Amino acid sequence: MNEPIEIQIPNFIRNGLILWIVLAVLLVGGAITSTYTVQAESQGVVLRFGKYLKTVEPGLRFKAPFGIDKVFVLPVRRQLKQEFGFATLGSSNAKQFSDGRIRDREKSMVTGDLNAAEVEWIVQYRISDPRLYLFNVLDPEGTLRYVSESVMRTVVGDRTVDEVITIGRQEIEEEARDRLENLVTKYELGIGIDQIQLQNVNPPPPVQASFNEVNQAQQERERMINEANGEYNKEVPRSRGVADQKIQAAEGYALKRVNESLGDVANFKAMLAEYRKAPEITRTRLYLESMREVLPKIGNKIILDEEASQILPLLQLNQMKLGEGSR
Amino acid sequence: MKTQALAALIVLGALSFYLCTYVVQETDQVILTQFGKPVGEPVTEAGLHFRLPFVQEVNRIEKRFLPWDGPPNEMSTKDKTYLIIDTYARWRISDAMQYFLRLRDERSALSRLDDILGSETRNAVAKHELIEIVRTSKDRVAITDKSLTEGMGNVGTLYPIRIGREKVEEEIFRKAAAKLEGFGIELLDLRFKRINYNETVRRRIYERMVSERQQIAARFRSEGAGEAAKIIGRKERDLQEIESESYKRVQEIQGQADAKASAIYAEAYDSSEEAADFYRFIKTLETYGNSLSKEVSLVLTTDSPVFRLFKSTQRAKEPDLTPVGGKD
Repeated sequence: MNEPIEIQIPNFIRNGLILWIVLAVLLVGGAITSTYTVQAESQGVVLRFGKYLKTVEPGLRFKAPFGIDKVFVLPVRRQLKQEFGFATLGSSNAKQFSDGRIRDREKSMVTGDLNAAEVEWIVQYRISDPRLYLFNVLDPEGTLRYVSESVMRTVVGDRTVDEVITIGRQEIEEEARDRLENLVTKYELGIGIDQIQLQNVNPPPPVQASFNEVNQAQQERERMINEANGEYNKEVPRSRGVADQKIQAAEGYALKRVNESLGDVANFKAMLAEYRKAPEITRTRLYLESMREVLPKIGNKIILDEEASQILPLLQLNQMKLGEGSR
Repeated sequence: MKTQALAALIVLGALSFYLCTYVVQETDQVILTQFGKPVGEPVTEAGLHFRLPFVQEVNRIEKRFLPWDGPPNEMSTKDKTYLIIDTYARWRISDAMQYFLRLRDERSALSRLDDILGSETRNAVAKHELIEIVRTSKDRVAITDKSLTEGMGNVGTLYPIRIGREKVEEEIFRKAAAKLEGFGIELLDLRFKRINYNETVRRRIYERMVSERQQIAARFRSEGAGEAAKIIGRKERDLQEIESESYKRVQEIQGQADAKASAIYAEAYDSSEEAADFYRFIKTLETYGNSLSKEVSLVLTTDSPVFRLFKSTQRAKEPDLTPVGGKD
């Protein structure tokens, strides 16, 4: 037990190897923590001991190791989006939409005619100033959400429900964009607003049916008017045509009547001229010619001697008619 | 042994560096406290700073603009409409020392903000009518769809305001800002985020909206029926007009033609006694041709000019061309 305890110091320590290992670790660690990559769509903001140093463009970059320099890489060239009142599920950005429980409250708004509307919209923005974005405001994205909601309600509050739902959409988008841009600049969020787009804008569900009823009634009105016009167009042009036909026919009649009279008169005048040359014989001729035409048409002809005219009453006219009928 | 000493020196150096320095972030300002008591001015410059080890504690205080998201509060307007109002504000710690002494941390600051902003909002809302916190610009006139709102009274028009939302917000802001100044807090802005009707008001509003829309729908239907009736009326009128005008025209044309024909005939037939006599003669003959047919029985005597020759071939002294049953 008296034997002195011999502390065996490993060879490699004695050789100073440990120092080399420590140095190697430091070197490798330093190498790893001193490089970083900034993606094409991004910019890097470099801090040294927490103080802003510089902003760097995309590429492979170097910095002081071991947390002396800290880098925030921000996608400044990417267009970012916030959704209000609805959510596109599965999007990569969790801040893009709000909690499902408040989405209904998010979209319900009071209009300037004291009605209600449900407005869904998106805000497209990008990080315009990484330094402000990072160091000037706590939670710039959250602030942007509040401001957007406030602005949209300000704009909607100045409009009637019909403007909000149908006729004023574009105007709302523009005014909201301008107001949001102003506030975001005033708040120094380091964000630039690209666009505001209204999505579904509807009356609240309990009144939707009555809005549809208005549309239906409008359609119905058009239909009634169209039907009446149809009926008008079915009858009036035809009637005009018929009237025209009658007038044309009358004009035809008039022409015929006048022409015939002229013809008759011409004929008469010619005959009269002949007649004047030999009245008696012309008369006789005309008479006989006419008789020649007339007599064959007559069914029963009885020629009596002047002296025998007294037998006339004895003639049985009925029999004659019968005879004629049986012929 | 030399190397061990070197290693120990490095470790010791790193440790004392860590203990004697601290980093102020761009987003922070720092108040150093010595046993709880602040030492010196707040440090606002970002970067590496020195301190006494162990005795001096670093208290970080936000330098950034901070959001305050008010809880939704139910409150009544001057016209007794119950609303659920959600506000947000922006603030920052302007006097770090004051803030540190009176509130110490952000949690108590936020609860103070809740109290002050909440009560100022309530006061302001109670002083104004609902429309004043809904609308903003006094002179805006709504664009209206005439077909929808014509003759519908208030439908499709904005209610007039005297003050407007932004002025009310400003009023709350001014009062609250003054009260917060004492806490080293600078209020930068305050706005209504959401204004919603409470449940009972909402139901009332919905009922009104429904009745408004039903009125509009009823008007459309009645307009449709009215327009249709107008068109049918016009149709009847036009038909009558067209038909009667054509009748009139036909009568005119025919009458004129008849008159003209009569004139032509008269002019020719009445030109002399002889012409008239001749006319009567040929017309009478024509009439025979037209009026006699098979149903007619004709009794002629041998005295008639046609059959006169049956009895004698003598020349007629005075030919009588008047047939039996002669003319007038």
